[in-house]
Amino acid sequence: MNNPQNVVVAMSGGVDSSVAAALLVRQGYRVTGMMLRLWSETGQEESNRCCTPDAMAQARRVSARLGIPFYAIDAKDTFRSKVVQYFLDGYEKGITPNPCLVCNRHIRWGFLMQHAREFGADFLATGHYARLRSTETGQQELLTGIDANKDQSYVLSGLSQAQLSRSMFPVGAYQKSEIREIARETGLSVAERADSQDLCFVGDRNIRRFLSEHAPQVQQPGPIRTRNGETLGQHHGLAFYTIGQRKGLGVAAPEPLYVLEKDITQNTLIVGHAEELGRSSLTADSVNWVSGAAPDKPFRAQIKIRYKAEYAWGELSPVGEDRFRVEFDQPLRDITPGQMVVVYLGEVCLGGGIIAA
Amino acid sequence: MSISPKIYLDYAATTPVDPRVLDSMLPYFQEMYGNPSSVHTFGQQAEAALEESRESMARSLNCRPDEIIFTGCGTESDNLALRGATLAEKQRRGARHILISPVEHHAVSHTAQQLAEYYGFELEMLPVDGNGQVNPADVQRRIRPSTALVSVIFGNNEIGTVNSIPEIGLICREREVLFHTDAVQAAAHLRMDIQALHVDLFAIGAHKFYGPKGVGALFIRKGVRLVPAQTGGGHESGLRAGTQNVPYIVGMAKALELAQLETQARSSKTQPLRDRIIGTVLEEIPNARLTGHSDRRLSNHASFVLQGVNGNTLLMMLDSAGFACSSGSACKTGNPEPSEVLTAMGLTRDWALGSLRVTLGHQTQPGEVDQFLQVLPRIVDRVRQLS
Repeated sequence: MNNPQNVVVAMSGGVDSSVAAALLVRQGYRVTGMMLRLWSETGQEESNRCCTPDAMAQARRVSARLGIPFYAIDAKDTFRSKVVQYFLDGYEKGITPNPCLVCNRHIRWGFLMQHAREFGADFLATGHYARLRSTETGQQELLTGIDANKDQSYVLSGLSQAQLSRSMFPVGAYQKSEIREIARETGLSVAERADSQDLCFVGDRNIRRFLSEHAPQVQQPGPIRTRNGETLGQHHGLAFYTIGQRKGLGVAAPEPLYVLEKDITQNTLIVGHAEELGRSSLTADSVNWVSGAAPDKPFRAQIKIRYKAEYAWGELSPVGEDRFRVEFDQPLRDITPGQMVVVYLGEVCLGGGIIAA
Repeated sequence: MSISPKIYLDYAATTPVDPRVLDSMLPYFQEMYGNPSSVHTFGQQAEAALEESRESMARSLNCRPDEIIFTGCGTESDNLALRGATLAEKQRRGARHILISPVEHHAVSHTAQQLAEYYGFELEMLPVDGNGQVNPADVQRRIRPSTALVSVIFGNNEIGTVNSIPEIGLICREREVLFHTDAVQAAAHLRMDIQALHVDLFAIGAHKFYGPKGVGALFIRKGVRLVPAQTGGGHESGLRAGTQNVPYIVGMAKALELAQLETQARSSKTQPLRDRIIGTVLEEIPNARLTGHSDRRLSNHASFVLQGVNGNTLLMMLDSAGFACSSGSACKTGNPEPSEVLTAMGLTRDWALGSLRVTLGHQTQPGEVDQFLQVLPRIVDRVRQLS
């Protein structure tokens, strides 16, 4: 390349973003590594899983090895006000919020991309397993990663054309095993952060304690009832339960009971038997269509209601620009308000939204 | 993105080794590599180099050779001074009070905090004015019979302010209290005459004045007793055990000799450039203030606070544009905490987070400063829009 383009790689110190940087260096781009410093609760400031001192030291070593500059950028204040606040507000509303989605939209592809742009970067690259394809009309299509087990298009479904047109996902075209191999060849550490369900900013403490400190109002005890209105016991606060949950209800019953619903207005947890669980439709709001426009008529689509869920077929009906409704072929057991619902056709991720009901 | 050749404007962080210094060191790696403690001629050669270096440094500083102790760095010298003097004074006469300025380098302040936390000392902070300067009268007022040590930084690393060390030294001497100064920055820029400073302890590190990293020295006035920081084979008058790093010590002595010989010549190059930077920044960048004293400051040192600027982002942008600068609050982990020095001077967080330090070397070219001043206002503007 005569006039190489500038790419900022969001580095985590892990193998995927390290190899992403290595691949871009190989391809002749002028690469800079950046890492965000994110907020963690008081007393655990150094323990946000996404930016521990260890992770940062690792990213620094990788950058030195690749001969690229590396910078840490502070995003604590904006992370606290955008992501953590959204998380707390979500619990207050009785949903199970998905802070990673908001982090991607506002922090990685907001704050960081803005810094990268100001820094003179043409693109922001990450280590996500997903791909981009340009259509004839110059649109960006978001595709699943080649490695189906590692596909991360789910968490990227909220990105706009403007964001995607300045993004790169270098590892999405590879199998995970190939990425590890490239890491070895390049002499990069193949260290990996353990996949964790924990939230990066809660440290090693549990969510209940975090919430009790930061949003004590969500801890309102209330009744546990059946659909028939029979009271079976007391819950500790709706925030601590998820739809489909069986364990930890503290209710003795001859048959296993599941959380069916959370009635926010009555502060009541509705439980029932397995056969009552499961719904065959959902509505989504805050929908982002990757193409920038909602489809003009209903269509059959493959739907994911969780990051690691199987695709489920259903009939999707757009409602205006930013809402849709899905009728599933088969009922699903764990449709959880607050979680993302993402729409696919084959390898193409069409977009996604937040499960409203 | 890195395009142009880099221009280094961070000489307060460290300096390149002067070629004359490097030449002086080279024979002691492979030819005269003996251990100065050995009996044989290899050892005697090394010992001669070591003691010649001590004599040379004593000449440069106007003190006795046996008043110079070699250490591993400026920080180690500060540690030895603080811990060594206070513990000895505590044992000798039960002294339990430590008086330091709030604008000390962490090498001093964190050591003093440890002494308070683990060794039962009472740590008291002297006030400073808006320029980060200690008023000698405040030392006079706060010194007590039970004061074990007073420590005031000579030339401040962050804000460049030079303190009135001789006046403070005289007060301490009259009150018969030990006085230490961290001269790590100052020794690179000011003529040093230890006799005129009235100090008992005086710490320097070689890499601030074009010597190698990893070597420093502590002046200890004859008769002052210290508890050793490191015990072992009795090297360095029993105060700092461990085989001396002969080539580095030789290099430090040479570097100090040159720095003291060329003080005038060097500052006559850096000072006009420093003043041009200060003038241009204050004139062309809105909501910018000089930090530290406008006049009584290190000759190569320009430091500012820029309201509403994220100092880390500014450094990153400058680096990418080819200029290596520093900031009081910034470290490479990007964690923005307002610097204690700037806070002690009464600056609010909004200002203190936007600090910028530009420090020059005697080889800095006027053209480099011009280039820097051309891009700086534009970059500050962009960073302000990001925050």
